[in-house]
Amino acid sequence: MEFFDEAVPHYRGSHTDRNALVPTHGGTVKPTARYPASVSAGLASEDRDVLLVGFDSLVDFDAPHAAAHLEAAGVPFEVRAVTVRFPGDLRADAEVTRYAKPLDTDGETTVDGRSRPVRGALAERVAAELDGEGRVGFPAILGDDRPHRVRAALEDRLDADVFEVPMGPPSLPGMRLEDALFDALDEAGVSIETGNPVVDYDGDDRIEQVSVEKHGARIPNTADQYVLATGGLVGKGVESDRKRVSEPVFGCHVPHPDDRYDWFDTEAFGDHAFARFGVETDDSLRPLNGRGSAEFENLRAAGSVLGGYDFPAEKSGSGVSIATGYAAGRRAGEAV
Amino acid sequence: MSDAEPPDGADAGSPGTDAGGEFDPVEPDTGEEFEPVDVFPDSGDFDLRPGADSCYKCSTCDTSCPVAEVDDDFPGPKFQGPEQWRLKRTDDDHEVDDSVMDCSNCMRCDNACPSGVPLSQMHNTARGQYVDDRMSTLSVEYWRNRILANYRTSAWFASKAPRVANVAMNFGPARWVMEKAMGITSEREFPAFATETFTEWWARRGGAAASREHAREARERRSEPADADKRVAYFHGCYAEYNTPEVGKALVRVYEHFGYEVVVPDQGCSGTPMFANGMLEDARRHAEVNVPSLSALAEEGCDAIASCTSCSMALRQEYPELFDIEGIDDVAAHTFESVEYLRIHEDLVSEVREAEVGDDLAAEFAYHAPCHARNQGLDRQAVELFRDLEGAAIEDVGESCSGISGTYGWKDEKYETSMAIGEEMFEHMHDADGETGMTECPTCAMQMEHGTGYEVRHPLELLEAALVD
Repeated sequence: MEFFDEAVPHYRGSHTDRNALVPTHGGTVKPTARYPASVSAGLASEDRDVLLVGFDSLVDFDAPHAAAHLEAAGVPFEVRAVTVRFPGDLRADAEVTRYAKPLDTDGETTVDGRSRPVRGALAERVAAELDGEGRVGFPAILGDDRPHRVRAALEDRLDADVFEVPMGPPSLPGMRLEDALFDALDEAGVSIETGNPVVDYDGDDRIEQVSVEKHGARIPNTADQYVLATGGLVGKGVESDRKRVSEPVFGCHVPHPDDRYDWFDTEAFGDHAFARFGVETDDSLRPLNGRGSAEFENLRAAGSVLGGYDFPAEKSGSGVSIATGYAAGRRAGEAV
Repeated sequence: MSDAEPPDGADAGSPGTDAGGEFDPVEPDTGEEFEPVDVFPDSGDFDLRPGADSCYKCSTCDTSCPVAEVDDDFPGPKFQGPEQWRLKRTDDDHEVDDSVMDCSNCMRCDNACPSGVPLSQMHNTARGQYVDDRMSTLSVEYWRNRILANYRTSAWFASKAPRVANVAMNFGPARWVMEKAMGITSEREFPAFATETFTEWWARRGGAAASREHAREARERRSEPADADKRVAYFHGCYAEYNTPEVGKALVRVYEHFGYEVVVPDQGCSGTPMFANGMLEDARRHAEVNVPSLSALAEEGCDAIASCTSCSMALRQEYPELFDIEGIDDVAAHTFESVEYLRIHEDLVSEVREAEVGDDLAAEFAYHAPCHARNQGLDRQAVELFRDLEGAAIEDVGESCSGISGTYGWKDEKYETSMAIGEEMFEHMHDADGETGMTECPTCAMQMEHGTGYEVRHPLELLEAALVD
């Protein structure tokens, strides 16, 4: 995790080995080892009272609902909720980026016929509702480019700590994390090419080159070592038809029952085999063929393309991705 | 349905009878009576259904949309694409929503989609239909859009008397009239027309014969086989032809330096501004010139290269998505962006690493990656290539959109949206060390210049300065 903490300095949690308890938009409390600085004032392990602020046009976050759930979960503080209008009255169903953008730039917005900067206008609406709570939670739309400044400006005017309540995808905290990871790669002098899929490879025991498909052209790319991180069934790194389950780029073996009626359980939340579909690997994270040896000597796998774990049920998605991404990258680096 | 599974005898007996006994679904009817029915009879249109079905509504496209970020009246690409397509299918009277004209055709949504939904193809199709069905051919907006979309025509006239055109096009009272009568914003300055077009220069220099000679000499100098098959077709597009021939000249010299013979085939507009304005028939007329010309060369092993990332985007992606012209898939597969092509076929990185630049190009560049470069996987290319070049420095100004999107930012009613989108890029350009801009896209360059006052150069110009004596 040290490596992650260095690359993403705006994440917190490294001071302890224990999980932090982060309230989410549904009012559940999620245990997590690392969390964005923007949510840290909202941790459920603290006992300061909380005011949750929702916006009537932002249907993904219902503040009274989240507050009721948190109370029911037995959090050690009072939670109150208010719903206000976002200054400038955005359309219902506007994108989260539409909220973040004016907060980033502190753009002018029209409130009651007067033009004024949006951060101040928002703080004013919330201040009128504040009743001595030491911390105020907003849905995670407080800026994309400059979340720190947005929070600081609101805290200053509200005289209370401000935090974000993480929401489902597409999530701004997720987009900020992505930006931070790409920045770290850039700083390390890494070459990056995105946007077009690898569709084929050359080589037998060893991958010599891979082909990137661009609009019908096949463009060869070579490297000493390769890491497969193409995602699972939803991300299309693992595919299935009526007969079999496969890994489409390198044709790596994906263990699965022959009878497709054994791929799932009859209960919606039952023990589904398909949720664990993915490649099996050796100790060096190299995908194995059906006979127990590595498919290729220079291919490793990381993240959801790996089999044997059910990340939605285990809530282990980010953890497995970080751990196996690190291990696969290190092993590949050592082999160069 | 045309894409239904064919009846499969081998599968019919096994499922549904497993030992657990809890789950015993009725055997699916895949029997002999199955007759495939073509629900959508031959119409010549492209079948967008599989694309619409692939959308699982994650909304990632909506958060990548630069217009939705500044204008909440714009319902975003997910609505414009798969959702509106479905409405059109189930309701014959459904009229394409006029918000489709607010889409700037930056095509970022294509790149954002994790599920391969052809969003821009859906937008282009819907926009074409909107213009056909709902926009009056007598309206000022129609003719304004048509004139903007057919920039090549205006530029051709202007190139006949470039000096007069340059004065006239930026003459205050004339611009006032254009804004009031046509809705073309008077905030922007029209780009200057070159006094000699690229092709005039090319002919004066001796055309393909001269290029063949230069390439042969270069191969000799580089100890490459004299008969090496190195020939490329340059798709210069309208902007390098009429406005920035220096980019075209740089391309020719850089390619000849690597021993390539350049040919300049018959060509029209790539169609980019026409797609963005829903003028699909105009775009088709030009495609019917470009496709035969480029596919004949491709058949001889001569790939096409473009210096404008929107031109290469159109030929590679929009052509096969929108038109059915013989050879169009070959053209798509054999078209490349000019620096990309050299990265694939030459050891460009090593040559640049050993080179040095002086004079006016020894600068620090604030680089902006055009949206259309992003979709071709080229957004990092210039930064990664030039970061090792001695005498120059380059800094990426971030992933935001410039906001002009070709003709979009020229429309009076879109000007403010365009500048609001561009604001982030302007700020990042000011924060960057350099005071010279760099981008591949001519209209992004206009916006960069307009928002910061910086001079903006093309990567090919820097390559020329670094590599060509």
